[in-house]
Amino acid sequence: MRKVSIIGAGMTKFGERWDKGIPELIAEAGVRALVDANLSGEEIQAVYGGTMAAGRLVGQEHIGALLADAMGLNPLPSVRVEAACASGGVALRQAYLSVASGMYDIVVVGGVEKMTDVSTGDATIALAGAGDIEWEFFSGATFPALYALIARRHMTEFGTTEEQLAAVAVKNHENGSHNEFAQFQNKITIDQVLNSKPIADPLKILDCSPITDGAAAVVLASSDIAKKYTDTPIEIIGSAQASDTLALHDRESLTSLKAARVAAENAYKQAKVTPKDINLAEVHDCFTIAEVLAIEDLGFFPKGKGGIATLEGETALNSKISINTSGGLKACGHPVGATGVKQAAEITWQLRGEAGKRQVDNATIGLTHNIGGSGATAVVHIMKRAD
Amino acid sequence: MVEGIPSIWRKIPNRYRLEGNVCETCETAYFPPRVVCPKCRRKGKLVKKRFSGNGKIYSFTKVYTPPTGLELDAPYHLAIIELSEGPKILGQIVESDDKKVKIGAQVKMVFRKMKEDGNAGLIHYGYKFKVID
Ligand SMILES: [Zn+2]
Repeated sequence: MRKVSIIGAGMTKFGERWDKGIPELIAEAGVRALVDANLSGEEIQAVYGGTMAAGRLVGQEHIGALLADAMGLNPLPSVRVEAACASGGVALRQAYLSVASGMYDIVVVGGVEKMTDVSTGDATIALAGAGDIEWEFFSGATFPALYALIARRHMTEFGTTEEQLAAVAVKNHENGSHNEFAQFQNKITIDQVLNSKPIADPLKILDCSPITDGAAAVVLASSDIAKKYTDTPIEIIGSAQASDTLALHDRESLTSLKAARVAAENAYKQAKVTPKDINLAEVHDCFTIAEVLAIEDLGFFPKGKGGIATLEGETALNSKISINTSGGLKACGHPVGATGVKQAAEITWQLRGEAGKRQVDNATIGLTHNIGGSGATAVVHIMKRAD
Repeated sequence: MVEGIPSIWRKIPNRYRLEGNVCETCETAYFPPRVVCPKCRRKGKLVKKRFSGNGKIYSFTKVYTPPTGLELDAPYHLAIIELSEGPKILGQIVESDDKKVKIGAQVKMVFRKMKEDGNAGLIHYGYKFKVID
């Protein structure tokens, strides 16, 4: 296996992008990534893209070819990857494998989702497809409801409180306020979260990530040629993915995602690092409770202590470990297929020292954690600034 | 979302009568029935099993924002139930006082209307659960 580095990153502003459709969004992110990598386009050999539900959300399939076409990269081979909310992270991993294997030297990987062309109710149904349609959705399970079942169990087993969950949203809005690409750049308070509209008890609207349009892209190159294009290649030193049951109720535990633990363990092993070595992480906070599970499953905090650690500020910018400096899914927004790629773009900027007001001091090793559904897919990447 | 008639018809044994299966090799019970026992794979032997519908609440939530089609039911309780035979199942809790819906509460399955496909479409039936004292 060859070593692989990120040599370019780009994203669109996340939010309600009524002015742009899928082709415009992915082209904007893709062009930014190519310019960032100092590429003209001829050097690229393949395109990978993550999208969850373009068919249901805008009626468009055949996204692979659309991505290459929109970015002006025909006739390159182009593959669309779908893994629910982990589509972007899994696309990144497929692109990584294609370069690591020696098949390609330079590839571009994008992620995109266009969600605001349909009503919130229709978007909710499209997202429900990330769970088990026959045995969860049929009984009236929405995605917030599944994470609420996780939250209730975590609160019962470990004493996690609604205030601790609210602290996740408050911290991510604080980080998002320093990110020009974030959907929400306003700060919020714990009281505002606690008093916001109930969605699925104990989760309230400010515990939930929003419905978002947006795209992100990164360019991968074999590490031995990466320095030709950038002075600061970001090497992917660990890449792992794992699967679990589609239905939440079929899992051994509700308070930990086994797929995330397995993926993390394998990524740490490949990267030859431990959780203590990680300076910052972009984790999948589709709901506040999901970030609590993430920072426990990744080994940053003991099981059951993620909520209290967040409330005490241990995951804030430049604290014990900086979690979701981009604002996370909560504040930066969650255009489902784009999220996993955006996480990689954020870590790239952080490790290069280009993150401005949200820069983590002396960032050398970062991690991304991208989850599909309620935990049926987990994909973890570890990245390091090349010496 | 309107499901096709065959997709409703083929799940009648499971949704009306809680029919699942059990692996005779490792004695693990499954609902819904599995084609392959993930523990035993080729060594597994799966036979039909009907569940009693008795169990207890493992976790629960009250859903205030329902998906399209269930607006009239909201807010409703949704729970993961641990069936007495082992497997867990997700279902709504109905006809139960809010105060009685808690982790560990004993429930039994009840047969109920789930939703309908518009005014002239199919009516879907299936299992919900009720807290028993
Ligand atoms: Zn078996």
